[in-house]
Amino acid sequence: MSDTHAHAVAYVRDTMLPQQPPPASEAGAVKWMRENLFSGWFNTILTLVAVYIIFRLLSGSLPWFLGGIWNADSLATCREVLDGATGGCFAVLTERWNQLLFGVAYPNDQYWRPTLAFVLLLVAVAPVLYPKAPRKMLIFTGLYPFVGFWLIWGGTIFAPLVGLLGFVVGYLLFKQVERQSFAGGAALAVVGALVTWWAGGFLVGAAEGVIALEPVPSRDLGGFMLNLILGTVCISLSLPIGILLALGRQSDLPIVKWICVVFIEFIRGVPLITLLFVANVVLAYFLPPGTNFDLVLRVIIMITMFASAYIAEVIRGGLAALPRGQYEAADSLGLDYGQSMRLIILPQALKISIPGIVNVAVGLFKDTTLVSVISMFDMVGMIRGPILASTEWNGVYWELWSFAILLFFVVCYSISQYSQWLERQLQRDHR
Amino acid sequence: MKKSVLLGTLAVAALSAGAAAAATLDDVKARGKLNCGVTTGLVGFAAPDANGNWDGFDVGVCRAVAAAVLGDPMAVEFVPTTGKTRFTALASGEIDMLARNTTWTFSRDVDLKFEFVGVNYYDGQGFMVPKELGVSSAKELDGATVCIQTGTTTELNLADFFRINNISYEPVPIETNAEAQPLYLEGACDVYTTDASGLAATRAAFEDPSAHIILPEIISKEPLGPLVRHGDSEWGDVVRWTLNALIAAEEYGVTSANVEELSAGTDNPEINRLLGSAGNLGEMMGLEADWAKKAIMAGGNYGELFAKNIGESTPIGLARGLNAQWTDGGLLYSPPFR
Repeated sequence: MSDTHAHAVAYVRDTMLPQQPPPASEAGAVKWMRENLFSGWFNTILTLVAVYIIFRLLSGSLPWFLGGIWNADSLATCREVLDGATGGCFAVLTERWNQLLFGVAYPNDQYWRPTLAFVLLLVAVAPVLYPKAPRKMLIFTGLYPFVGFWLIWGGTIFAPLVGLLGFVVGYLLFKQVERQSFAGGAALAVVGALVTWWAGGFLVGAAEGVIALEPVPSRDLGGFMLNLILGTVCISLSLPIGILLALGRQSDLPIVKWICVVFIEFIRGVPLITLLFVANVVLAYFLPPGTNFDLVLRVIIMITMFASAYIAEVIRGGLAALPRGQYEAADSLGLDYGQSMRLIILPQALKISIPGIVNVAVGLFKDTTLVSVISMFDMVGMIRGPILASTEWNGVYWELWSFAILLFFVVCYSISQYSQWLERQLQRDHR
Repeated sequence: MKKSVLLGTLAVAALSAGAAAAATLDDVKARGKLNCGVTTGLVGFAAPDANGNWDGFDVGVCRAVAAAVLGDPMAVEFVPTTGKTRFTALASGEIDMLARNTTWTFSRDVDLKFEFVGVNYYDGQGFMVPKELGVSSAKELDGATVCIQTGTTTELNLADFFRINNISYEPVPIETNAEAQPLYLEGACDVYTTDASGLAATRAAFEDPSAHIILPEIISKEPLGPLVRHGDSEWGDVVRWTLNALIAAEEYGVTSANVEELSAGTDNPEINRLLGSAGNLGEMMGLEADWAKKAIMAGGNYGELFAKNIGESTPIGLARGLNAQWTDGGLLYSPPFR
């Protein structure tokens, strides 16, 4: 039978076929494109339209970028050099970069100070942001506000030292009395700090110019530096204040509760720009002529108030999301209010609130550009005011605004990337 | 502590409000610096250069006053103000004078309690349109979209003009001149209206200025000048006569180049009184005898300031027009120095 069979079949392959590459349409880039770009008539049309749009965008912008002029002293020179060709006039950035970053009036030979302050800022926030960084660095973080202040505003080193001393004295006093009475300790700490600052004021007045950097008044701050200062200070201040407000709003003590509710609802009901106008304009009427209640300080207070009201609501959302059982568990362990908040409630509530907090932080950082409306020369104020009003650069828009967009994007995108990383780190799986 | 500080300052503010109104001159001398309010930036009139030094036509007035009072044209703290913050800055005492292309109007002078000390630029509101729009008169602008700066007199003038001529328009509000340019060029508005000097400066920055025309109608009077607070006439006099000194200097042919030579004494008694080699005009105001000489040396006389910052040799290219001396058919007319 087998013979018959063998003869009945004309041909039987006795070796394996050599391996062939898959058909061109089922492999590599072609397959990927077929699956992802041309998987149906509708997607094909979409793809073609998208390609066309990208082509138009690039063909418009690439020559503009690549053909840009980086060396010229005015827009007119730029146009002369270009002679009708397409190209951006990036010379405005090379000539005015210092004003965009540091403002009009910051002394040129002192640019290293804010730059150093910025680098140190990165060092100071590292242990706060990354749990793996050495814990000892937190000491530097605590010192940073004073170092940063001294570097940016200058003056004698005694001013920030006295500021620091006040906090140290307050803390030591608090530690002494804390055992007997928490409230008494807090009150004593405040008094101690105030006395220290008051006495230190004389020292600072007397020691003017001792170990001093060239003083720079607040009015001379500007550019992206001002945005960063406002953003950093206001975010870091508004987070603790926001937590306190959120807890206060849930408090059983009616006065505390109502103060927090009124504050939050009032601030949230008022546009930030109004608060800034109040800071700049209305306060100037109330203060006696000649008193100089620092404008940057006024703005910082207003933005901080604004941001903390929003952060308070975000955190209240986090608190509300915790199951009732968590509070009861804390109580059943015999923890007092402070301990239960610190050890059980807040860590969970804050974790839930991270996306919301980051959202507020990013929004707040961008909102700092609003100070340009009250005639402060931040990044946007610099562009809208002095640079576009100079005879040389009147009419350069795309280059300047692209630069501003780039800087803001880098900062905001880093913040949001960090928050996503943090969320992954804190994942404790409630799946 | 903050609360007590606030209450205390409120009380002090109430008490000192009357006292602080006077003696700005003494304050400035004691401070050693003049706080001068300027715009956040207007081409030719005020803008900082790459080194952060302010320059421009309005800035020139600030520097002249600083030179007259303090003897140093660089002793000025420039406080940038926007259209919305300028008056509060002056009223609150944050600045000693405002030299910020501000139109002298009745209500600003009387109701807002300021004192305009003179006019350093006679302006008027005009319209700019693209040539291809084919419009030759502002009265043909029925239904046009108009870019207009908010918080300025131009906004009100525009409404008046269109109402009088019984035609309609659609306003596109903008904050600064710099914002208007791209909007106008991209066609977001058919017409851009602001002071004629601003239009000229804006057009000068265009890639193709000849594609745009400034319509012949000037629909308003915009006398722009420096101003001070009500109630301190001595200080008002200082600013007023410094401005007049610059104008008179041009009339008498005193320039920054020859002022040194002329101040030694000339045949013209008016020049002698102006420059302090005769009479005691400076002393009457509480200034040095050579106050006007220093003011003129700061940036030149009125004509020199004009030519350097906004005149026909600059990219802005404004003609003197109404801002010529009265002897040349313009409106500049300084009272005599006597």
